Amino acid sequence: MSRTRVLDTVDEAVAGVEDGATVLVGGFGLAGMPFDLIDGLIRQGAGDLTVVSNNAGNGDVGLAALLRAGRVRKVVCSFPRQVDSYVFDELYRAGKVELGVVPQGNLAERLRAAGAGIGAFYTPTGAGTPLAVGKETRVIDGREHLLEYPLKGDVALIAAHRADVLGNLVYRKTARNFGPVMATAATTTIVQVGDVVPAGALDPEAVVTPGIYVDRVVRVDARRYTVEGAR
Amino acid sequence: MSLTPDELAARVARDIPAGAYVNLGIGQPTKVADHLPADLGVVLHTENGMLGMGPAATGDDVDPDLTNAGKVPVTELPGAAYFHHADSFAMMRGGHLDVCVLGAFQVSQHGDLANWHTGAPDAIPAVGGAMDLAIGAKQVFVMMTLFTKSGEPKLVPSCGYPLTAVACVSRVYTDHGVFAVGRDGVTVLETFGTTVGELSARLDVELTVLTR
Repeated sequence: MSRTRVLDTVDEAVAGVEDGATVLVGGFGLAGMPFDLIDGLIRQGAGDLTVVSNNAGNGDVGLAALLRAGRVRKVVCSFPRQVDSYVFDELYRAGKVELGVVPQGNLAERLRAAGAGIGAFYTPTGAGTPLAVGKETRVIDGREHLLEYPLKGDVALIAAHRADVLGNLVYRKTARNFGPVMATAATTTIVQVGDVVPAGALDPEAVVTPGIYVDRVVRVDARRYTVEGAR
Repeated sequence: MSLTPDELAARVARDIPAGAYVNLGIGQPTKVADHLPADLGVVLHTENGMLGMGPAATGDDVDPDLTNAGKVPVTELPGAAYFHHADSFAMMRGGHLDVCVLGAFQVSQHGDLANWHTGAPDAIPAVGGAMDLAIGAKQVFVMMTLFTKSGEPKLVPSCGYPLTAVACVSRVYTDHGVFAVGRDGVTVLETFGTTVGELSARLDVELTVLTR
């Protein structure tokens, strides 16, 4: 028996998320957004959450719906402001949600570091900018670097294309984005997929996220959201 | 005549070397792709995890799982590759991209870039991948109008807006001219419908002219 559990319902998949948890949410805009898991988390009821994601919600679905439900204390992301981020914009301007802005590459690398047991790393990204304030610096090879710490989650919610029963995952096109690094960086990684297949049905050479990183899998029906469709 | 946005995109495209790996920023820089001949072999990178990005998708080709950094549906070209975000930014930060083309609010005479935040108290800060691109690509080209709508220069002695990165820009392509920037200040490489003298009168930076 694999440690990964394949569950029948989204509600079972998101059970146990605690108030105050840090939740890593995959997706870049709507591509790779785990819509069903987020809807499940809204039903589950956990609040006071810190959400780590690239954006701060688009339209009224996914992350935007979680924000609208008032469950998020803080968003850590690289790019909150978008043409359709009106839910976040309103909450932020009203002082109802905190924002931590992280350069996109630092966001990805800090997640990677958390998953890989790296204590911290130096990077030139952000050196000499307002985002360097309060950070340790060091000149390496004549260039100023900033010390950046890992970013860990209690829970990761990600969407993949297909899983096998051991939790091995493959993704589809640019919907892969943050899924593989977030899967490594959380205590509990929860994945929604379009399809669950038996062991041996995925080409081992093509597995992107090995099942060791995956705790729970649930199959969901495909949704097709484009930017226009999210409203 | 100064250049139209489309002419400016074509001008930037002329300086992209054959076979280069290139990232085009959101907005105006995206137009550069329309002027890259297919036989040049340029491979476009999009930071949300793809090399070999093709033109915008229309009709039945629209796939919600395939977008560019601006979340616009795009297509894939033969030989495309997908990868996750940490790999995508390692590609950038590791110095593997030959060129990135970015928009800007301001560029300083020494190549400092300000393109992510106006610093206005009510603005919601959003940095995206700009800081990583600016420090990572081998060459950073900026594509912008030389003046704001109210006529203020955007090529300046030092940036008033919050910085994206220090001393990262090598070339500035504008509607009025092309400039090299760096440790030695600003060199005028080309002018469009104006003269170095006229530009000198409107800019607060010292302009060096290339002698041929």
